[in-house]
Amino acid sequence: MGFWPSLGPHAGFIVAAYVATVVVVAGLIAWVTADYEAQRRLLGELEVRGVKRRSQQPPEAA
Amino acid sequence: MTPLSALLVRDMRLAVRIGGGALMGVLFFLIVVTLVPLAVGPDLAQLRRIGPAMLWLGALLASLLTLDRLFAADQEDGSLDLMLMGRAPLELVVLVKAAAHWITTGLPLVIVTPLLGLFLNLEPGAIAAVALALLIGTPALTCIGLVGAALSVALRRGGLLLPVLVLPLTVPVLIFGVAAASGEASSGTAFMILGALTLMSLVLGPFAAAAALRHGLE
Amino acid sequence: MALIDLANPTRFLAFIARVLPWLVVATAIAFAIGLYLVWFSPDDYQQGATVKIMFIHVPNAWLSMVVWAVMSVAALGTLVWRHPLADVAAKSAAPLGAAFTFLALLTGSLWGRPMWGTYWVWDARLTSVLVLFLMYLGLIALWRTVEDPARAGRAAAILTLVGAVNLPIIKFSVDWWNTLHQGASVFRMGGSAIDPTILRPLLVMGLAFSLLFLTLHLAAMRNEILRRRVRALWLMQAHAAQGA
Repeated sequence: MGFWPSLGPHAGFIVAAYVATVVVVAGLIAWVTADYEAQRRLLGELEVRGVKRRSQQPPEAA
Repeated sequence: MTPLSALLVRDMRLAVRIGGGALMGVLFFLIVVTLVPLAVGPDLAQLRRIGPAMLWLGALLASLLTLDRLFAADQEDGSLDLMLMGRAPLELVVLVKAAAHWITTGLPLVIVTPLLGLFLNLEPGAIAAVALALLIGTPALTCIGLVGAALSVALRRGGLLLPVLVLPLTVPVLIFGVAAASGEASSGTAFMILGALTLMSLVLGPFAAAAALRHGLE
Repeated sequence: MALIDLANPTRFLAFIARVLPWLVVATAIAFAIGLYLVWFSPDDYQQGATVKIMFIHVPNAWLSMVVWAVMSVAALGTLVWRHPLADVAAKSAAPLGAAFTFLALLTGSLWGRPMWGTYWVWDARLTSVLVLFLMYLGLIALWRTVEDPARAGRAAAILTLVGAVNLPIIKFSVDWWNTLHQGASVFRMGGSAIDPTILRPLLVMGLAFSLLFLTLHLAAMRNEILRRRVRALWLMQAHAAQGA
């Protein structure tokens, strides 16, 4: 057996299955990464505008 | 009259008077079954073969589509809040509402099934089998749909969400219902399992629906 | 850091930030080893080289069920302890589960075309996985129709648990239905003895896909926590603008 395994008469189906899996998994990774960037950007924008979470606010001098 | 029987009578009265539940479901069932020969052709032998399956699909859709308003109407006029606050356990209240829905929607479907069976060229034995299977199986459809109805009212979303959530859960009822009506050697077993499914959903459905109402409306 | 500290979203984010790079590396290594083993795995005497599809089909089918189990545990967390992180876990797992189930169906039908001569047969396994896929889509639809995440979370938790009770029944009924309508040429993969040369790559690929799920799930949970933070800040801003 050489380096390239012979995929037999159904090579197209095998390759298609692996390609489809790669596409879907890459899509998931891209979605998660893009979503992370988007949320970080939104949080950054809000921070620039001075909106803070309650836990980040200094205790008010009453 | 206890609160629960009063609720049963009230729900049945509402369903019959407004006509939203009871008669509309039967009418819908009738129309669906009428459409079948128009879609697959008037070949009587073929209709006889697929007849029980068509009756089951019609009953499934009819009982689901009428469930949509089960809690929604009560929420709009505020009576659902009273039921939530009342002393009667919410699970039983929900079960009673399901019973009222079944009596006004499921039972009429079972009653008109023999007539529709004649349209679909079924044998008398097959008609009896389908009617009996529907009698045993439709309470399960009501109780499974109950969960979807409670969820959709808790989410304040109606329309297609309810069937999308509920139809996959009705797969077992459909499979064993059609098998029980098929008149084959296995239909005795299918009747037993159909009964088991109904009993199980009678227990689990009200609990899940009550939980959905409690969590959704607080 | 004690385990209980992870219940705090901020600490959980810090935990994810520390763990995620290692998980990415571990996933990559597992896939490298798995694909290497797959590359040099021998052909099956019955299926020929088509058995290579099984190395991605079986892990995806396994994950399609595991993800529902994970969501069910999270649903208990939502309903019993009302923990916000349980919501987050359930919500971010649903699209991943749907994707894995979709891959299981797709690779299954690509395997079925050469083996069964058709892309789709109403085989018991395929049919019940199809129903599972529909249930994932329904769950995602539920999450998407409701804006308030807490309200959607409780509804989704109830639906998840109802589904978890129903899934074995659906599986059983579909099996029963299938034996009733058994086709003649249905080829079954021998459930008993799998040759070690096939089993080893299969297990490694299973581990790799499980790690992939874990990595993506933690990353998606982080996104969801941030998304809720953004939402809360927007609401606070709107509230402040109204009050001023």
